[in-house]
Amino acid sequence: MNTAGHGAAVRIEACGKTFADGTRALDPATLDIARGETLVLLGPSGCGKTTMLRIIAGLELPDAGGKVLFDGKDMTSVPIERRNVGMVFQSYALFPNMTVADNIAYGLKIRGVAGGERAARVAELVALTNITGLENRRIDQLSGGQRQRVALARAVAIRPGILLLDEPLTALDAALRDRLRGELNRLLRALGITTIYVTHDQAEAMELGDRIVVMRKGAIAQIGTPREVYFAPKDRFVAEFIGAANIVEAPIDNGVLILPGGRLPIEGGATAANATVMIRPETIRVTDAGAGLLSGVVDSVSFIGDRQRLVVSGASSKPLNVDAPNTILAKVGDRIGLSIAPDALRLLPSEP
Amino acid sequence: MSQKSFVWLCLLPLVLVTAAFFLLPMARLVVAGAEGPHGLAGYLATLTEGRYRATLINTVLLAAATTVVTLIVATIAGMFLQRHRFPGRAVLIAMLTFPLAFPGVVVGFMIILLAGRQGLIGDLSNRIFGEKLVFAYSIYGLFLGYLYFSIPRVILTIMAAVQKLDVGLEEAARSLGASPWAVQRDVVLPALAPAFVASGAIAFATAMGAFGTAFTLATNIDVLPMLIYTEFTLAANFATSAALSVGLGLITWLILALARTFSGSAVAAAG
Repeated sequence: MNTAGHGAAVRIEACGKTFADGTRALDPATLDIARGETLVLLGPSGCGKTTMLRIIAGLELPDAGGKVLFDGKDMTSVPIERRNVGMVFQSYALFPNMTVADNIAYGLKIRGVAGGERAARVAELVALTNITGLENRRIDQLSGGQRQRVALARAVAIRPGILLLDEPLTALDAALRDRLRGELNRLLRALGITTIYVTHDQAEAMELGDRIVVMRKGAIAQIGTPREVYFAPKDRFVAEFIGAANIVEAPIDNGVLILPGGRLPIEGGATAANATVMIRPETIRVTDAGAGLLSGVVDSVSFIGDRQRLVVSGASSKPLNVDAPNTILAKVGDRIGLSIAPDALRLLPSEP
Repeated sequence: MSQKSFVWLCLLPLVLVTAAFFLLPMARLVVAGAEGPHGLAGYLATLTEGRYRATLINTVLLAAATTVVTLIVATIAGMFLQRHRFPGRAVLIAMLTFPLAFPGVVVGFMIILLAGRQGLIGDLSNRIFGEKLVFAYSIYGLFLGYLYFSIPRVILTIMAAVQKLDVGLEEAARSLGASPWAVQRDVVLPALAPAFVASGAIAFATAMGAFGTAFTLATNIDVLPMLIYTEFTLAANFATSAALSVGLGLITWLILALARTFSGSAVAAAG
């Protein structure tokens, strides 16, 4: 289908948002989104990600000085109805007084697209989003997953330059969310529209995003590819928000981290009285007692299936989370050894 | 005692009250309507005789006009009041809903103060055009009174419905390119349809049957409740007033039922 590559490049320039009651929802931020890119705005609730999305959509006006540009054209004062953006809402916001087909066709009808062409386009989207057979259903006869698909079909029906998705999978149960995430990913790649995706779910952000913007308290904490934000988080907040992380505070002496349970060589570790170091649970290898660099006692074992999560105390000042292969037999109270590669330790800036 | 007979026992007071104060008088009324000199044809007369029929049509038209105008005014006002916050908003809402506290007599009295022979409008028009504009004692005065009466009730219903509207629906329509007018037409008004039917029905039924205001304004206004009153007390025409009463009830009920079925699909579609 001929929808590939009609995305627009987006630039937001010094866009901040202060609401009428004086709350600062977003500090002035500048961000470039390439044509066809999928950018994920990720952060806990209240971090300003939805506000940023709504500024790009044209549902919120940025504070004075802020600018929104599509393909270099200033859109700041253009209302949403003339921005040609497709939007999927967390509540889906499907029109309850229309059928599935009428919902999908609504944007085309408003644009004055002739009936025949409209029907053809609806058929195309119904097939694309896997909802064939539901065209004449009412919205209240659809399941959550079906509604999500209708909302997406309706948003892309108008061939938008930019697709904006506000937590589109949050309202679904876990299994369906995982399945739809994969489906959505394939669809977004196929459509090639510039996509801005808001979520608080880091797994969604990792799978869907070309780049992730991690946000915190109205400011951008880090921008990077999923690999970058996972392996090289800029600070403790990003490290803990993306994936699981052990944050260890300990002195470094000449490239060696001094822990209560042993000494760990650390790459690029300059001598410091108190360093903050991130260790991902899956980078810690379990060895026999005495064989590892660290030694500790198993506090708890949670068998998850594909792996098991051990909590080991005594190795560091705080218990360490360790992801061990599901074949290792460890019991609570066992003394075990742990080793970690020097490049798996990530030095973070100390925070006051 | 079985669960079932217990439930029936609990329902007994309701059955008794319904029979004593609802079914029996109603049955008596229906019977009385056929006890005139023409028997059952007395019912037919309420439709065939010119004066009765004209009054009937008048009443329905008045009630319909009241409902339509009330809905228009109250929808715009209710939507504005629910969506905007401004100083004095609470006072304005209190003022708008104040007429709820007045009985029909007081409303009629206020209409006379406004548009009666010594009224405000008459005074003004006398000074400007040299002619007194007086319409309180006619069906126009009654119309104004019913508006005054109905708008508060409808505003409150509409405000509650607007509050429950998903703002996302309007934003979605706008994102798809809909102009503010199109958003109202395609999204907001259909979503409010159930509230229109519910509050419109109350406005209609009130305007069909309200008596106090009409009675205060004049005894010769051509509306059904007045006609029933004059037939009953002045002409002592028991049968006709009973037949007219039954007719009034039936017509109101029928129109409300029609409105409900007509909007039934819309209500169901609105989920």
